[in-house]
Amino acid sequence: MDAEVRKLSQARCPSGPIDSRWSRHRFEMKLVNPSNRRKFKIIIVGTGLAGAAAAATLGEQGYNVAVFCYQDSPRRAHSIAAQGGINAAKNYQNDGDSIYRLFYDTVKGGDFRARESNVHRLAEVSVNIIDQCVAQGVPFAREYGGLLDNRSFGGAQVSRTFYARGQTGQQLLLGAYQALERQVEAGTVTQFTRHEMMELIVIDGIARGIVCRNLANGRVEAHTADVVVLATGGYANAFYLSTNAKGCNTTAIWRAHRKGALFANPCFTQIHPTCIPQAGDYQSKLTLMSESLRNDGRVWVPSNAADCEKDAGKIAEADRDYYLERMYPSFGNLVPRDIASRRAKEMCDDGRGVGPMVGGDARRGVYLDFRDAIERLGQAKVEERYGNLFTMYERITGEDPYVVPMRIYPATHYTMGGLWVDYNLMSTIAGLFVAGEANFSDHGANRLGASALMQGLGDGYFVLPSTVGNYLAQLKHVKVDEQHPEAKKAVADVTSRVARFVSIKGKRSPDSFHREVGQVIWDHCGMARSADGLAKALRRIPEIRREFWENLRVTGEAGELNQVIEQAGRVADFLELGELMCIDALARDESCGCHYRTEHTTEEGEAKRDDESFQYVAAWEYTGDMAKPRLHKEDLSFEFVKPSQRSYK
Amino acid sequence: MNLTLNVWRQKNRGDAGRFERYDATDISEHMSFLEMLDVVNERLMAKGEEPIHFDHDCREGICGACGLVINGDPHGPQNATTTCQLHMREFTDGDAITIEPWRADAFPVIRDLVVDRQAFDRIVQAGGYVSVRTGSARDANEIPIPKEAADLAMDAASCIGCGACVAACPNASASLFVAAKIAHLGLLPQGQPERKERARRMVAQMDAEGFGHCTNHYECEGACPKEISVEFIARMNREFLLAMLVSRTELASRGGR
Repeated sequence: MDAEVRKLSQARCPSGPIDSRWSRHRFEMKLVNPSNRRKFKIIIVGTGLAGAAAAATLGEQGYNVAVFCYQDSPRRAHSIAAQGGINAAKNYQNDGDSIYRLFYDTVKGGDFRARESNVHRLAEVSVNIIDQCVAQGVPFAREYGGLLDNRSFGGAQVSRTFYARGQTGQQLLLGAYQALERQVEAGTVTQFTRHEMMELIVIDGIARGIVCRNLANGRVEAHTADVVVLATGGYANAFYLSTNAKGCNTTAIWRAHRKGALFANPCFTQIHPTCIPQAGDYQSKLTLMSESLRNDGRVWVPSNAADCEKDAGKIAEADRDYYLERMYPSFGNLVPRDIASRRAKEMCDDGRGVGPMVGGDARRGVYLDFRDAIERLGQAKVEERYGNLFTMYERITGEDPYVVPMRIYPATHYTMGGLWVDYNLMSTIAGLFVAGEANFSDHGANRLGASALMQGLGDGYFVLPSTVGNYLAQLKHVKVDEQHPEAKKAVADVTSRVARFVSIKGKRSPDSFHREVGQVIWDHCGMARSADGLAKALRRIPEIRREFWENLRVTGEAGELNQVIEQAGRVADFLELGELMCIDALARDESCGCHYRTEHTTEEGEAKRDDESFQYVAAWEYTGDMAKPRLHKEDLSFEFVKPSQRSYK
Repeated sequence: MNLTLNVWRQKNRGDAGRFERYDATDISEHMSFLEMLDVVNERLMAKGEEPIHFDHDCREGICGACGLVINGDPHGPQNATTTCQLHMREFTDGDAITIEPWRADAFPVIRDLVVDRQAFDRIVQAGGYVSVRTGSARDANEIPIPKEAADLAMDAASCIGCGACVAACPNASASLFVAAKIAHLGLLPQGQPERKERARRMVAQMDAEGFGHCTNHYECEGACPKEISVEFIARMNREFLLAMLVSRTELASRGGR
């Protein structure tokens, strides 16, 4: 493979002092005269935090924006489900926080696989995000004096997380959604709901539009523009069971990848430690319980495997193993997500898990116990902080967490990998920008809690509005419309792909293939990865994909609302992406952050990086042969935060 | 457990629609209601029949996509629970369950249990926002807000826009949805400059969309998965009246234009 590796050097990161890079870059970027902006058309796909914020802001600036989402309203994008909070370096608590500390924590938390320039910019705009959201009327939690409250989150020793009960994502998204609807009313943004992007239109190497399927009636439509922004979220649903919404999918970014956009670090997928364990084999998704619960909840398992079947209340204090507090005295229950997840898996592998046995290998659950917090703070205070999460837990499990400790287990939650972008958030296809979780840019090999909301809004409100303008200001191409041969060809391609799903007339539903491939990816490219396991997955995934195209059953017709066709399209792309995830995981012969290769551990059982060989972004090019993508490397340099073995002890 | 389902099937907007009966056998009490439907759908597809179409997405009670009328109750029998969070332990073996879409003129059926709720977006477009340009905000802590006001605004802001209030109302009124947004922004200092205009325009748009009027049945509050209080409707009525009075006065002062 080495012979084919190419160096990727057009990241366009500014140089010089880290704290002036973004402001200098912003000054150097080209501007579009306000009266010329309406002549430029911008397509934005996805209406989560990044997409809605970008659409609202670019609309406000006077551009002609078209925004697309697969949901029936932009307000339902999956950002809505983020619970815990959003980080910002406001230092309102006077506890030693600063932009530099947020930058430092994020680079370290990402296990030195993120770009310093991007991360510092993120920390800088974090303070503007909070100002913006408060001005929009986002009802963040407040203290009695009327000022904003903060809480702590994993991977940090300061309290910099702003929150709105356990519904921070909802409130931030509603703020962005309302700003977006204001622009719809103003006529600068046109909104297309129940539209799924199925293809990217590329003309002479430049992104010029998208092909959508109107999910309400099955019609396939081309939309052209001067620039395309993908803000379509992550691909955690590749695992089938994840905390993502059922509709979350990789199709938009995968189709762009097939058209030439490099896909970076696909194996960097985050497993969230605090999710409700699987209850049965019919399970359709996993539900996350906010990481903020680890502020007050204590994680434990029985010290003796023999106690695992007992009621938690009957296990004596001395027989409880608060393993995170024991192993990590300084961070305790607030260690970063990858570490908390891995330790939970180890406890269960060790036979000390709790809860029901599903599938039969081991009990997959550990306790998250609020007994001490309720004693210390009183039930009313605990209810005020986490009430809605406790209610949700009880709805799902039928158990009252005020009385019986919660059971939690890790689940796939977020994907740090995504389309490769330069400092301007432009992919390797000119005119194709990628924002939020859909790109790879800011979190390295592990994302810290409350940083996804920060990145989505940072990209949408503050980065894209500058960098997209800069691109448009230098544009030389002529306008194209839906009648262009390339647009017509893309429509024909999508139409025939949909027709093919319907025509196979096999025996298995899209969902059954999705479950099968998801299990393979979870087993071999989940919390622990090995060369043997990945090799197995790489044999199995193409077989499942082959069967999919021979034995798929899609009921109904193409020209109507047909949720089976929607599923088929999404699963078809996950079946391809899954292979790339495993190829990337196999090629990255080190451990780092979320990527835990069992061959590479420190003596203390932590991820052991190999900076000499792997301090790079792995960006994969589609070659037409799914098994042989071409690797491009973007070398990472750390001028400010010197790589070290992460220690949270 | 074994259940009998009576499900509304409708091919498209123009189709008259009808109830179809399905047996749901071997259902686990730990399944969510939508997982039960997933199982039924997998079995339908295995027979070559078309699955039951329904909207759903996050399946954790926050996106507001799902919404079925279950035995006459929007989101089913459990209080403060979306359809996706309803679990089969709320039912007993042998139950017959009737499943229908939201019924309201302003929410036309697209297919089976899927309805068109774009009217809600248009109501928000009419004024459900604070007009603030990106980047022009002052420091967040320069606007102190009493905790009580922030908490009450948050109560209103927790609306998920599912439309259960409309489905529950005998008049298919959207008053609770609209009132919650007017209250959320009207309770905060940031929302004051546009407060009257917002109330006036959002109420006017609600009427224009064909939603009915509130005649104090309070079914909406009972159906709301986020327990949003009807007190917000009283607040909306006051705001609307005030807005109308003021705007008439303003009109008068401008010579009746």
